[in-house]
Order: sequence, then C-alpha cells, then structure tokens
Amino acid sequence: MSTESPLRRYAGPALLALIVLAALYLVTLVYAVGETLLAGTILVIVGLALWIYTSQKVYAFRYLFPGIAAALIFVVFPMVYTIAIGFSNYSSKNLLEYPRAEAYLLDESFRVEGVVYNFSLHADGSEFRGRIEHADTAKSFLFGPLALSAERPLELQAVPEETAAAALSEAVPLKTLIERQKPLKAITVVTPDGAKLRMSSLREFAQSSPLYKRQADGSLLNQQTQAVIKPNFKTGFFETAAGEPLQPGFQVGIGWDNYTRIFTEQRFREPFLRIFVWTVMFSGLTVLFATSLGMFLAVLLNWENLQFKGFYRILLFLPYAVPGFISILVFRGLFNQNTGEINLILSGLFGVKPAWFSDPFLAKAMLLLVNTWLGFPYMMVVCMGLIKAIPADLYEASAVAGAGPITNFVSITLPLILKPLTPLLISSFAFNFNNFVLISLLTGGRPDFLDTSVPAGTTDILVSYTYRIAFQDSGQQFGLAAAISTVIFLLVAAITLVQMRFTRVVEEDKR
Amino acid sequence: MAIVLDKSHRWRLIAAHVFLLCLCAVVIFPFLMILSISLRPGNFATGSIIPESISLEHWRFALGMPFQDATGRLIEPDLPVLRWLWNSVKVATLSALIGLLLSTTAAYAFARMKFVGKRQALLGLMLMQMFPAVLALVAIYAIFDRIGNAFPALGIDTHWALLLAYSGGIALHVWTIKGYYDTIPVEIEEAAKVDGATPWQAFRLVLLPMAVPILMVVFLLAFIGAIIEYPVASILLKQQDMLTMAVGSQQFLYQQKYLWGDFAAAAILSGLPITVVFILAQKWMISGLTAGGIKG
Repeated sequence: MSTESPLRRYAGPALLALIVLAALYLVTLVYAVGETLLAGTILVIVGLALWIYTSQKVYAFRYLFPGIAAALIFVVFPMVYTIAIGFSNYSSKNLLEYPRAEAYLLDESFRVEGVVYNFSLHADGSEFRGRIEHADTAKSFLFGPLALSAERPLELQAVPEETAAAALSEAVPLKTLIERQKPLKAITVVTPDGAKLRMSSLREFAQSSPLYKRQADGSLLNQQTQAVIKPNFKTGFFETAAGEPLQPGFQVGIGWDNYTRIFTEQRFREPFLRIFVWTVMFSGLTVLFATSLGMFLAVLLNWENLQFKGFYRILLFLPYAVPGFISILVFRGLFNQNTGEINLILSGLFGVKPAWFSDPFLAKAMLLLVNTWLGFPYMMVVCMGLIKAIPADLYEASAVAGAGPITNFVSITLPLILKPLTPLLISSFAFNFNNFVLISLLTGGRPDFLDTSVPAGTTDILVSYTYRIAFQDSGQQFGLAAAISTVIFLLVAAITLVQMRFTRVVEEDKR
Repeated sequence: MAIVLDKSHRWRLIAAHVFLLCLCAVVIFPFLMILSISLRPGNFATGSIIPESISLEHWRFALGMPFQDATGRLIEPDLPVLRWLWNSVKVATLSALIGLLLSTTAAYAFARMKFVGKRQALLGLMLMQMFPAVLALVAIYAIFDRIGNAFPALGIDTHWALLLAYSGGIALHVWTIKGYYDTIPVEIEEAAKVDGATPWQAFRLVLLPMAVPILMVVFLLAFIGAIIEYPVASILLKQQDMLTMAVGSQQFLYQQKYLWGDFAAAAILSGLPITVVFILAQKWMISGLTAGGIKG
C-alpha cells in the first residue's frame, strides 16, 4: 500500500465519482422527458448497484444483481402490473384513462344552426387566401395568406374584405380546392365578432362549437340539447340522466368484481372441474413421457460402444430445432382423419382409421403424442449434459462387480441426475399447464362437451378455456382475462409448492 | 468405460440400433413432409411424400429470388425472409449470451455462497415462470413504450428492446446450472482459494472450465427459446424489416390464403440456425472433465 502510486489509489474512487455523475445526468434527462417512474427506477438500480459493488458485506449479491434485476424488471413487474389490471375493468369498451376520455368528448363539436358562409379560395403568388361571405347578410371576410401545405390545426383571424390591401385574384379551379381540402379542414377561422368557423363542405364554412362544456362538478353539459352527462366511476362510462352509457368508456378500478365473476357465474364454473382435471393430467403425463423417452435416449447415446452416435443425436434433436408452431400445424395436417398420411398408413397396415379429431379420448392421445414428440429432445439434451457430470469410474466399478445395464441405470445414473433434473421437471409441468399454443393450434380445444351451456372443449386446458371466454365472447376483456390469469398462476404456484415440498429440492445440501 | 463386456453385448447393440432407427424414422417423418411440401408446386398440404413434380418456386421466394409462377408471371418476392432469418439469428445469439452471463454468475452465488434470502430467492425464481405470459403482454408493451419515450434506441420496434425483454427469462437456466454446479465437488475451488485466488478468480478459472458442458446446453436452449419465441416479439416489433422469423412467417398463413409451400420453405430455413448451433455445441458437450477432477 505505501508502494501504490497515487494514480492507482485515486483511480477507483475517481471512476466511481464519474459513474455517479453520469447516472445522475441520465436520471435528470429522463425526468425532463416526463417519465418519472422510469427515472426513479434508474435511480434505484444505480444506487443499489453502487452499494452492492462497493460494500464487502454483500459480496454474494455482486453475482446475483444483474440477473435478479433483469428478472424483477422484465418478468415480475409485468406480472404485478397484470395482476393490478385484474382489479379494473380494462377492456376494448373501456380502453382510455379518465382524462383522455373526457378530452375526447370535449373535442367533439357540432354545427350551429343557420350560420353559413360561402367560401372561395384565391391564389396569392405561391400561397392562398380565402374569402368567406355570409349567406344572409353578404358581409365578406378574408383570411390568409396561407401555404396550405401541411394539415396543421391553425386558428386565424378573418378581416373584413373592405379593409383588405390587395385585390383578390381569380378563384382557383375545383381541382386545386380538392387538393388543399385536408389542410383547409384543419383550420379554424375567427370572425371579428368572435364566431369560430370551420369548413363544412367544399364551398361552405359554418360555425361549429364544442359539443360539451365542462361544469364545475365534473359533469359535461351538452350545448346542443342542454342535457347533462355525468361520469360514473363505478361502471367507467359517461352516463346520461336516464343511465345510458356513452362511448368512449374509461378504466376504473372495480375491486374484486372480476374474481367474483369467475367463481360465481354459472357458465364459468360448470366445466371448470373437468377441465382442471384434464389440465393436470395432460401436464403430468407429458412430463412423464417426454422425460422417460429423453432420459432413455440420453443413456443409450452415452453408451460408448454404440456407433454413429453423432448421427443419431442430430436426427433425434431435430424436433426441437424446428419452431413448435410449424411442427404443430404440420401434425394437424398429418393427423387429418380422411386425407392425413398417418391414417393412410394405419389403414394400409391395420385397416383402422382412428377418428383423431372427433373422439375425445383419441384427441387427448393425439395431444400427448405430439407433445411428447415436441418435448423429448429438450429432456434428452439436458440429461446428456447432466450424465456427463457422473464420473466414469462408477460405471467401471459396477462393471467389475458384474452388474448389468439396468442396475447401472437404476442405482447410478437415475439417482445422480434426478436431483438436478427435478426443477426442470417442475417447470416443464408448469409450462405445459399453460401450453396454450399446442392446444389452440392442434385441436382448438375441440371436440366440445355436449352438455355445457358455454362452449368448452374436451381437450381444452384452463388457459385456452379462459382465452375463449375472455377474447372470443363479446368484446376483449383484458381485466377479466388478467384476473383469470392470476387465478391460474395461484393454482400452478400452489401445485408447484406442494411438489417442491414433496421433493425437498430447496433444502441446503448437507456437507 | 467398462472393459468387461457381457456376452449378450452384441445383441443388445443390434437391438439398440434397430430401436434408434425406427425412432428416427418416426421422428423424421414430419420433416420429410415439410420438405416435400416446400418442393411441390402450389400451396397444398396434402399429397404423397415424394412429390410428383418438383418446383423450386417456394425456395426462390424464401431466398428472395424472382421466379415464374404457374401462369408464367414473374413474381418478385415481397417478404424479406432472409432478413428475418438474420434478425432471428442476431437476436437469439445475443440473447443467449446475455442470458448465459446473467445465469452463470447468479447460479454460482446460489450454489457456493451463503446469503440472506437465498431460499426465498430460489423459490421465487421457480414460481416466477408460472405466470401465463400470454397476458403480461399488455404490461410489456406499456413498459417499452415508456422506455422508448426516454431512450428511443431501446423502445418499441428495436432489437434492443427484445433483448431486454428476454433477459429476464433466466430462472430456468439458473436452476439448471446450479444443479450442475452442485455436482462438482467444492474441494477444487477451495484448493484454489488456499492458493490465494479470490472467489471471482476461483469461479472464472476453476469452476467455469469444468462446467462447459452445461453452459453449452444452456446456451443452446436459450438460443432456441429466443428463435421460436412469438408473443413478445409480435408485440414489440412492428416494421417488416425488423421482424424475426417467428413473427414474419405468420404472414404466410392468413385464413383465406394458406401459403403452405412458402411457409414450409421458411420453416426449414428457420430450423437451420438451430441445427448448426447444435452441431457446434455438441463438440463442447462431449468433454467430461470432471471425471478426472479429484483423482490424486
């Protein structure tokens, strides 16, 4: 330390100070743009990072920080946000926030009866001047010169024609008028007595006035009919005195309404149990089949005396290499009851043509077959990696002891790879619990139950069932869908916790 | 490996080969179908495995070359399939590298160190993956919309946004790598520490080289996951030139106009990067260095 040059001694703190300054500058920039939440988040992240990477007490966190921070921001935060949406009535009918819905209504205007001005457009060099003449009193006004090149909202004062300096040229032909229609429609002309005019047709300007005027108590007064509409913060609509809702609606918090709907509305509850049971069975069996096949192949391909291992490995890996949604669609064609290749082969060999899509049991079997085909390469690759960690001397010892391959597998391989494999099995279960893509692309949930009041499929899993309810019924109900997702999440989390407790995966290794 | 061989060894070998060949045939069958669909003229899904006539029009379309269709018109491909492929490969490689970096270090902390909240964090990582991501899309769009207001290079319709969104999906990888680290005896690193290595050096110079097989596995899985990912990519990418293969190839499949042939050609193209990475990764996965780690 006394031999350290001054440069090295101050390099560290200097770098730190530089980082702090840069971070503060960034935060101020972001805050200036108006994104307070983002600025606050950056501040928190930089603060935490500085503390973690300089303090000795929390050394372990240095390794964890980037990963956990990324997971928290991009996975946990959207999750929490979605759960929050579940407490609101966010849907395609209630899309905007209250201030924006109000602004939309306040922007609406109506044409005041009886006040019409005839309009003509005149060229003025490369620009234009407009002339409006009151239909009844024949008072005329001029406005301009304007470029009329872009569609920009402008407000102009009109001056009486008598006071205008230069004389007007000829009126422009209709073609030019039509060309400039869009920019013309965007301008508002104000006459000397304060009336605001807008273009109502190609040759007319008419007075328009905002339709609604905001009252002191937050309600809106309709200027045309003198009716009052009030915002209803329970339903999320502006309502007339009779209670009729108006578009656009706005988002409001509705508390637990979505959740009570799920559990009390009859049409949701009816097939719920049957679908829940099938979902659990589907995920469990998929994991079982894919893992057994994958593990068996990994062990087989680890056998030293087997030739062409590389060739087999590549071929057997291919199902995972092609994106799932492509293979699923191909399988849908292959399993087609009348023209699909599989039934052609089966009828040629055995004389049967199974009804894959119309028999519930066969449809479920088909789903399991396809999902096993899709899933076993993943398990195979992971098991191959894990088997590499098993020291080879164990196998040598067992060969000397005269044990066969089955004993090798059961006593050596299986116990040693099962522990690292368990979290993967659990998360594979959770993934297939919510495997919406497979169900919707292959069977669409069909064949449907014959005895329910809402369309529900025998091969539907919870996610696809609720997707049907939330998005294919009336309107897109994001709030309801978010509530259902939260319920599914809680279900899966509960099942997982039970599984983990059962396998005691999280316990510290006893060394 | 065992020097002592059993008498039934030969039969077992033959049985193994027969089984594997049958399984390969079953597994390959859908691919042969896709291949033959991509070589057929027209856009139909049914037909025999060996097409009656071979037409390269779908491949021409996928590779961006103008071709003549059945009526003799010259068609310029209007969908940038090769560009999509490049986008996919770029995003997937970077995302896999970032994910690998984040999860290896986190897994090291979980496997080797003690700290407050370790059990809860592990549990949390596991449970985090269980939320049906299909509906968090609204939230993800809102987040990147806001970020894009402040940093346009990271907002909607950029590849950086996609990379950031994928960087949170490390939970499964952390568990996998941690499981592997747990099987490596800690004595080797302790020996290194006795020799004066810091934990970081012990991690980088001792543990990482021994963990190469599982790192390759995780890289491969992360790469594949990023290439086939559809929901988040379809939300975050808008312009046609920015799309990845997963999103772009959906454009072949409108309800009224199922372009099976073009879709099949694009499907095979999208499988190529994954196969290439798998072949490359195999070399690394073969080495099992731990076997000799503790001897002597």
